[in-house]
Amino acid sequence: MSFLIGHYNYWIVIFLMMTGLYVVIAHGNLVKKIVGLNIFQASVFILFISMGKVEGGSAPIVTEGITLYSNPVPHVLILTAIVVSVATTALALALVVRINEAYHSVEEDEIHEQDQSF
Amino acid sequence: MITQHLPILQVIIPLLAAPLCLLASDRRVAWAVSLAASWAAFLIAALLLDQTLKLGVITYALGGWSVPWGIEYRVDNVNALVLLIVTAVSSAVLTFARRSVVKELPSARVHLFYALYVLCLGGLLGITVTGDAFNLFVFMEISALASYALIALSEERRALTASYQYLFMGTIGATFILIGIGLLYMMTGTLNIQDLSQRLPAVAASHTVETAFAFITVGISIKIALMPLHLWLPNAYTYAPSVVTAFIAATATKVAFYVLLRFMFTIFGVSFAFKNMPLSIIFMALALTAIFAGSTAAIFQDNVKRMLAYSSVAQIGYMILGISLASATGLTAAILHLFNHALMKGALFLALGCVCYRLGVANIEQMRGLGRGMPWTMAAFVIGGLSLVGVPLTVGFISKWYLVVGALEQGWWPLAVAVLLTSLLTLIYVWRVVEAAYFQTPVAARADDVREAPRSMLLPTWALIIANLYFGIDTRLTVDVASQAARQLLGLSG
Repeated sequence: MSFLIGHYNYWIVIFLMMTGLYVVIAHGNLVKKIVGLNIFQASVFILFISMGKVEGGSAPIVTEGITLYSNPVPHVLILTAIVVSVATTALALALVVRINEAYHSVEEDEIHEQDQSF
Repeated sequence: MITQHLPILQVIIPLLAAPLCLLASDRRVAWAVSLAASWAAFLIAALLLDQTLKLGVITYALGGWSVPWGIEYRVDNVNALVLLIVTAVSSAVLTFARRSVVKELPSARVHLFYALYVLCLGGLLGITVTGDAFNLFVFMEISALASYALIALSEERRALTASYQYLFMGTIGATFILIGIGLLYMMTGTLNIQDLSQRLPAVAASHTVETAFAFITVGISIKIALMPLHLWLPNAYTYAPSVVTAFIAATATKVAFYVLLRFMFTIFGVSFAFKNMPLSIIFMALALTAIFAGSTAAIFQDNVKRMLAYSSVAQIGYMILGISLASATGLTAAILHLFNHALMKGALFLALGCVCYRLGVANIEQMRGLGRGMPWTMAAFVIGGLSLVGVPLTVGFISKWYLVVGALEQGWWPLAVAVLLTSLLTLIYVWRVVEAAYFQTPVAARADDVREAPRSMLLPTWALIIANLYFGIDTRLTVDVASQAARQLLGLSG
């Protein structure tokens, strides 16, 4: 039982990661796929951030009387990864806009049909 | 002195050139800026290789922050060679690009193309030069995002869906690598590649490290386009503008392959990757599948760009096969093939770029009788194709020779036979193009109005072709560096 509760952050991460990947694979709508990709990436952010937590540790700001701090490095890394993720989402959305202009659809099977027809 | 700062200049010059190209908003200025940046990067890469050969490993503390606080850039024989080939191909492609891009892209997007191109180049060089695992991820995303956008620049609408597909697979791959790096950080408390390699053996028995290994291997395999994770590659190469295909085919997968070498050999180490984990057998099976299926698929393609894309899938198989041998000779073959394949595919895709410049398409049907209209272009294609097959006096022969020797060393002669047999498959698809170009009657509608490609496009193509021949005859530089690099990776002396 303590194994289940003690690792609750990992269960959340695994659940989100699988949800995200499932949406990416199962959905035919190009915008929904991007949502799935974002959920997948968010799960990795949580994995990193929860890893920086030190039990009993305070926020990593130097204050008198505190000796134990949480590890700030994973947070900083994830700030960068979030920026990357935002850029990826923006690019993906821009692509979808242009796909919509070219095919008049954002459904995968309809686009596929149009490409097959010629 | 400025020579001390070469590792950072290698990355920063292309990165700074990108906003300059954007601001210039004039296609001639943007071309000049990006060309200067690329050739400067090539010069720096040559200097760096020279230094590593003379003085050994170069380390550079970014911003003066020493390890473990700061990011370290680290150049040894392995990445010096990768830097050299990436910048060389990039410079040749950019020289070629001026005429080709104007023809294939809407004029409003041309300066954007150059900005994205140098951004992608900067990202690739960053991946190669950095000694920090997280920094590697960031540069990987910089180059990947730039290459998705480069592919989507094409006027062909299928390039959009190809780019979208590549974006998804690439992002999932990069995120897998990020998960792996996070798990490694969890176990060791460091992101520096050297520190990781020292601290990992102590904790190697844990499941966390094994999970990290699995995530990183799969993540990089997506980036390399190792069969069966290659699905993004054929469409992306086929529908991207010709210059983009030439650049990405010759550099992006090679740099990803370098990342694989770095993680498997420097970080995890040979004994973990090949004894604790069954990497050898997995890679060998996947490599052989890639070689057979990729070459066979290439035979049935009518679009020559697509044919070469499937050929890339097969050629990546040869590199992975070299790794799976886990010996000094096998690894030498893999590194040599990295270098040589960049030269072959760069040259072949540039030759196709010339064809697309005149014909607008690169279908076998349309290329009938082209040997008469474009003799220099098609001659370049033939020599590049022979190199791909692995005919003696070309670079393709050198890497296949080492691969066969590596297989025989271990007594795996069926593997050596497989390498030789699959070269025949390569011969078949190269021959289809040669037959169409030289032995069939020209397309009637085209008559004789097809002229040779402009000289500014032929020269870079032939420069790469001559490199194909030169390094196939004078192998001192490549074989020496590759075998030294292999020994460094395996942790043997020298």
